[in-house]
Amino acid sequence: MRSQMRLEAKFRWLPTPLRSLLLFIVWLLLNNSVSAGHIVLAVILAIVIPLATSPFRTKQPLVLKPGLAFRHLMLVLYDIITANVQVAILILGPNKKLTPGFVKVPLDLTHDMPITILASTVSLTPGTVSAEVYPWRECLTEGKEPEERFLLIHVLNLEDEQALINTIKQRYEAPLKEIFQC
Amino acid sequence: MLETVILIVFAMIGLSLLLNVWRLLVGPSVPDRILALDTMYINTIALIILYGMSMGTALYFEAALLIAMLGFVSTVAVCKYLLRGDIIE
Amino acid sequence: MIEWIISILLLLGGSFVLVGSIGLVKMPDFFMRLHGPTKATTLGMALLLTASMIFFSSTQAGFSAKEILISLFLLLTAPISGYMMIKAAIHHKLDSIERTKGIDNIEDDV
Repeated sequence: MRSQMRLEAKFRWLPTPLRSLLLFIVWLLLNNSVSAGHIVLAVILAIVIPLATSPFRTKQPLVLKPGLAFRHLMLVLYDIITANVQVAILILGPNKKLTPGFVKVPLDLTHDMPITILASTVSLTPGTVSAEVYPWRECLTEGKEPEERFLLIHVLNLEDEQALINTIKQRYEAPLKEIFQC
Repeated sequence: MLETVILIVFAMIGLSLLLNVWRLLVGPSVPDRILALDTMYINTIALIILYGMSMGTALYFEAALLIAMLGFVSTVAVCKYLLRGDIIE
Repeated sequence: MIEWIISILLLLGGSFVLVGSIGLVKMPDFFMRLHGPTKATTLGMALLLTASMIFFSSTQAGFSAKEILISLFLLLTAPISGYMMIKAAIHHKLDSIERTKGIDNIEDDV
């Protein structure tokens, strides 16, 4: 059975399970200890803070495939390292060889959260910085989905526009679609 | 050996801070200056971490975390001001 | 042995931070300058913080992992501040160098 995109978690007392896990880990890291007292305090904070803040949270799709999300995270981390070496070489090389460019990437994702994650990964990986999401938020009417969304990116050294678009769509966007099922 | 390496890295970070200051002074546009300032924040975190390592104390960690947070918030606030002419609308 | 790993990580991190700042000074227009600090500096910081993590874990009692917090924070916030800055730059219609392709992909503000 194919799972559907979900905006609400299964348990009402745990509105955002992954964020709770993150809070738990961050508290333990901040104190740099795994003593019993800190673990109890971390559990309390991880349950109370999401509950207290969930009323003013805009509903976003939840991560439905944690395993795939972890694999994607590892892939992105690996790409960040290789991409940075490439960018370092480009930066240190002669400026004349660089042909920068703006590229519009059509998006299949629909919600803010997946688009934000995609834009951030694009910013951190090969020679690209995401610049804008079209259409403008101010032009959207409330509750109505725009026909098409675009991500404007700036490329440090643009060689093949279509190949770049395909890479971004297959390598970074397809896993996100799978993770959030949107 | 580690002391020498830390000194060398101190010099590298110092040099990059100087380059940032040059960009901060030359500009030419406001976003350029914000970018230089943002990079300076991040380099300062590097300096503090290195200083902690050379002193052999982990006490400076909290200071580094605070600078990281304040730097991010101030960059976003100044950009927001440039974009909309107002920070909180 | 551990000293060697720390030294290599420190030197690599320092050079990445330096490359980021060189990019900031050397590139001809704002949009190209943005690439250095958002990418090279962030990775450089991550390497430096990893070095510091290994250093404190080996010299002091117990395992020290709180540097991961700063690395994580920087990795999360660098794209966002970069995005805000490029948005401000597009809003102010900064010049990009002549050979920039696809300049008409930028739509006008509202």
